This record gives sequence, structure tokens and C-alpha cells, in this order.
Amino acid sequence: MDSQQREMLRRLQALEFVLTDLNLYLDTHPDCQAALQDFARISEDLRQLKIAYEQRYGLLTVAGFGSGRSPWNWVETPWPWEIDG
Amino acid sequence: MWIYEKKLQHPVRVEKCDIAMARYLNAQYGGPDSELAASLRYLNQRYSMPTKKAKGLLTDIGTEELAHLEIIATLIYKLTKGVSPEQLRAAGLGGHYAHHDNALFYTDANGVPWTAAYIQATGDPVADLTEDMAAEQKARATYEHLINLTDDPGVKDALRFLREREVVHFQRFGEALNDVQDHLSYKRFY
Repeated sequence: MDSQQREMLRRLQALEFVLTDLNLYLDTHPDCQAALQDFARISEDLRQLKIAYEQRYGLLTVAGFGSGRSPWNWVETPWPWEIDG
Repeated sequence: MWIYEKKLQHPVRVEKCDIAMARYLNAQYGGPDSELAASLRYLNQRYSMPTKKAKGLLTDIGTEELAHLEIIATLIYKLTKGVSPEQLRAAGLGGHYAHHDNALFYTDANGVPWTAAYIQATGDPVADLTEDMAAEQKARATYEHLINLTDDPGVKDALRFLREREVVHFQRFGEALNDVQDHLSYKRFY
């Protein structure tokens, strides 16, 4: 994995983590407008980034934003435990 | 259903091979208060929860715990990558090698296999959510012990992240418990 991909993956992990944390917060604070606004904004940023990442580096998830490649490369790209930090 | 994403929740980098640390990390892979125990406990308890918040939270935290299990597995995998049977034996993992070669397995730090006897579902939402809060605190304490057992900055970073999540989950479970108690007292007046 080159540094550009790693940087993009880190950004993706950061944005998705914000959503995970907001998800749990909103489960018990469903009326918090500030959290709802953050959730909407970050969701859109993450959606754009996932489209760009999957086009460049292959699918993150099979039922995701990308349509896959020909030939099928889901099993060719490295697994999370094979990536160097 | 669940959908797999081909990435970790938090990046994992290790400096060098450390078989002993990999062994200690099994505490959170297949131990009593491990990520495995947490995920299976929460995803099972959600069916008998009376409130929307509790059902949602157990589903969402149970799912996040699977991502944590993958982080622990990645740490163990990287810390033991390419080690020989002699090295495993020297680190006290000869027994593990005899049963599992270099495979990962759901045991605690002492090689004791995971068992469903570690977890509970009483069907009583107050009892179950209180168990969940205790489980988060036990996992937090275990992460603090694990952080004390390593000098590797990459391993420490991942463990600190996981420790913080235990604190957040404890907080959220406490809020869900308050909600359940309000719900139960409301029903009593009704």
C-alpha cells in the first residue's frame, strides 16, 4: 500500500469513526440537533470519499458504493491484517 | 444482516515480533471480558430488551465489538507473523502450537478456550444492562493491564483506542439503563 492510499484510508477510518461514535450518542440522545447536523455532514463527506477510494483502490464492501471491477478483484486487494499500519 | 468492510476501524501498526505480548492480547480475543464475549453477549441480549434505545444500542455496540475483535486479531497476527515452533515454545506457547500451529484461537491469555459460561442473559433488562456496564469496566481494566505490558508504540496506540471505546460504551449503557428504568416505573403507574 503506497502512502497516498494509506493517507486516504486513514481519512476514511477517521470519518467513519466519527459516524460510529455519533451513532451510539444519537441512540440515547435522538433529539440532539447538533449531533444530527454533524451526522448528516460527515455522512456526506464519507460517502464522497468512499466513492473516490473504491474507484481507485477496489471495493471496501461488496454491497457498497462501487460496482466492482472486471476481472473481479475483491479477493486480490489486501486484507486488513495484511496492511502495514 | 451484517455487511463486511475490508478495513480496520482503527489502524494497527506494530514495531516488531513479540510472541509474549500476542499471548497476553488473547485476554481480549477469547477471555471472559474479551471483545468476542462482548459482541456475543450484546447481540444476544437485544432480543429481550423492552425499549427502542436498548435494542438499538445493543445492536450497534455489539457490531462495533466485532470491529474491535478484528483489531485484536490483527495485533496478534502481526506480533507472531512468521515465528517458528521453537520461538513459540520458548514464549510458553508450545501447547498452542501443538493444538493450533500458528492459527489464532479463541482462548484467554492462559490458553483456556472461550466458553458461553462467561456471559449471561437473564431476560431482565436491568440485570443485563448492569452486567454490560460491568463488562465494559472489566475490559477497560484489562486494556490498562495490557498497555502496561508493552513498550511498542503501535500496540499501545491501538490499545488506548480500544480502552477509550470501553469508557464510551459504559456511558451509553448507563443512559440506556436509565431509560429502561423510566420505562419500567412508567408501566407500574399505568
